[in-house]
Amino acid sequence: MSPLFHGGRPIEILLVEDNIDEAEMTLDVLRDGRIRNHVHWVEDGEDALEFLRRHGRHCAAPRPDLILLDLRLPRMSGQEVLAEIKENPAWRRIPVVIMTASDDEKDILAAYDKHANCYITKPVDFDKFMEAVRSIEDFWLTIVRLPAA
Amino acid sequence: MPHSSPDRGVEVLLVEDSRDDADLMVAALSEGELRLYVSVVQDGEEAMSYLRRQGPYAASRRPDLILLDLHLPRKNGYEVLAEVKADDDLRRIPVVIMTSSDNDRAINAAYDLHANCCVCKPANQDEFREVVGKIERFWLTFAQRPRGA
Repeated sequence: MSPLFHGGRPIEILLVEDNIDEAEMTLDVLRDGRIRNHVHWVEDGEDALEFLRRHGRHCAAPRPDLILLDLRLPRMSGQEVLAEIKENPAWRRIPVVIMTASDDEKDILAAYDKHANCYITKPVDFDKFMEAVRSIEDFWLTIVRLPAA
Repeated sequence: MPHSSPDRGVEVLLVEDSRDDADLMVAALSEGELRLYVSVVQDGEEAMSYLRRQGPYAASRRPDLILLDLHLPRKNGYEVLAEVKADDDLRRIPVVIMTSSDNDRAINAAYDLHANCCVCKPANQDEFREVVGKIERFWLTFAQRPRGA
C-alpha cells in the first residue's frame, strides 16, 4: 500500500533535539527513508515554538506534519513545549512523538497526560537507536494518515 | 524497551462493527510474535461499557491499546474517542483510529480529539497483515505505554 498523501509533497518533520550526535543519527535515518521528507532541526524549545509561529528566521517555515521532541532540552523543558503545542488550537492536531532518554514512568505518564501522541525511550546502543528511529519512519511516515494542514 | 510484563500478555480492544474486518484484524494480530488478548466489541456503547467494566464486562481487563473504527452504530467513534480522552484514567490508553474515510476533515477531527494516530483501513487481507503488523510492532514493542491501572 503506497500512501499518496499530502499530494505527493514531502512530509515536513520538526526535530527538537539538543544533542548533535543523536540529531545527526536521526537525520541520517530519515534521509534514507522510503518516504520523502524534510527534517527541520532546532535545538531548544523556544526555537521550536518560534518555528511553529513562523517568527524571525523561521518566517518561511512550513507547518510540520510531525514533531519529534526530546524532553530534556535547555531553557524550556520538552514537557513545557509539549503542553504549549497541545494547548494551542492551531498546533494541537500535529502528532508529537516524544523521543527521549528517560524511561521513568513519571515522565511517560506526564507526556501522555499532555496528549503526546506517543513516547519512545531512546536506546543507548547505537544500532538500537537507529532501529527505533526507523520504527518511527516505518510507522508514522508510511501507514499513518497525518492530519491535513 | 517498554515495560509490558511478559506474563500478563498484551490486551487489545478492537471496536469494529464489521464482522469481516474484525475477523481480518484478529487474524492479522494473532500472526505477530506477541502474546495478545484481543477483545472485540461492535459498537460505541459496548466499547464504553467494556472500558468502564460495567455489566457483562465487569471482569474485563484494561486494554494496552485500542483500535477504534470511526463509523459505529449506537455511539460513533468520535464520541468514544472524546469520552476516553476526557476520562482521567482511560485517556492514557493509546487509541489508533481505523478509518475507511479518505476525508481530511474526519482525520483532522480525530486528531483534534486527541487520537494518538489515524490509520487507513486496509483494503484486502495482505494489506491487513501489513498494517496490523506495523501497528503491533510500533505500539506494542517500540513505544512506551503508561502502565495500566
